[in-house]
Amino acid sequence: MINLRRLIGGRTASAPVARERLQILLAHERGLRGEPDLLGVLRAEILAVVSRHIVVDPEKVTVKMDRSKHVSTLEVDIEVPEGVQRSFAVAT
Amino acid sequence: MAKVLVVTSGKGGVGKTTSTAALGAALAQMGEKVVVIDFDVGLRNLDLVMGAERRVVFDLINVVQGVAKLQQALIRDKRLENLWLLPASQTRDKDALTDEGIGNVVADLRTKFDWILCDSPAGIERGALLAMRYADEAVIVTNPEVSSVRDSDRIIGMLDSKTLKAERGERVEKYILITRYDSARASRGEMLGIDDILEILATPLLGIIPESQEVLLASNVGSPVTLNNAASAPARAYTDAVRRLMGETVTMTVPVERKSLMNRLLGRRAA
Repeated sequence: MINLRRLIGGRTASAPVARERLQILLAHERGLRGEPDLLGVLRAEILAVVSRHIVVDPEKVTVKMDRSKHVSTLEVDIEVPEGVQRSFAVAT
Repeated sequence: MAKVLVVTSGKGGVGKTTSTAALGAALAQMGEKVVVIDFDVGLRNLDLVMGAERRVVFDLINVVQGVAKLQQALIRDKRLENLWLLPASQTRDKDALTDEGIGNVVADLRTKFDWILCDSPAGIERGALLAMRYADEAVIVTNPEVSSVRDSDRIIGMLDSKTLKAERGERVEKYILITRYDSARASRGEMLGIDDILEILATPLLGIIPESQEVLLASNVGSPVTLNNAASAPARAYTDAVRRLMGETVTMTVPVERKSLMNRLLGRRAA
């Protein structure tokens, strides 16, 4: 069954997962050894601003940065609890 | 002028000793006068990989403590007359290695050799720090695998802070050597790709050593892979890496084993 699924759907590539996990981990660990922990600071400050308006679980806030030669992206993912979504949608 | 190069990684089992032997032999094959030093006190293996395990009389600690002269401890390779080994001690306490003692030995070796290759023990403890302490350049051996990349990052941080050069405000030249690379798996997205690793570690690439059965065959018989079968894929990859160390511009490729039966037969016989 598993083999059949693989044949039909193909296996999901795991290397991008490895890459992303490493990028997040190393950004954090570099912070610990004296280099500025940019992501940690961003995460704390974004969380503080959002918390003024919505109750959010700090565990459910992720901040990722992807740097490449031409484009760098900052991805902020905040999980909003049930019930807040409507008023949030109106606000935007 | 002599260059001190540390072969390091943080993580164990990624190919530091194999790479030290292969790079050292390849440099010697190109006419450079080379000494490879084993810093792994208590777990020495460079002697075994180089096929000199039965010729070890004195070791690095003996020299540091003044029990033996440098000339007594250096072992000349039987195949390459300009390749030498300075073995680690298998029995002594690793605390016998002192910063000052190693500094004196390295200073002495600098007057006698073109290249001093330091095979670092795994970890980030004293032995690894001493191995990198006097380095001008560093080869960070990395497998395309998350734990190895993480440890390489840690070692890069130490090269930038704990070496003599770093303390003087100078820079240790650092290069990534990717070992056990499988192009097919990387292209299927099953293995971190070269670009991923280089981007994460933000360090230039020295070479890509493909996963190969030749590495085990060479260590079985105590011969650096570049000597054991110079035509094999890993040997060619190491030779390219050495040419880059010498300042040549060599196109980056992942060598593959030559497929024809004839070549295979010849390759195996040459071993």
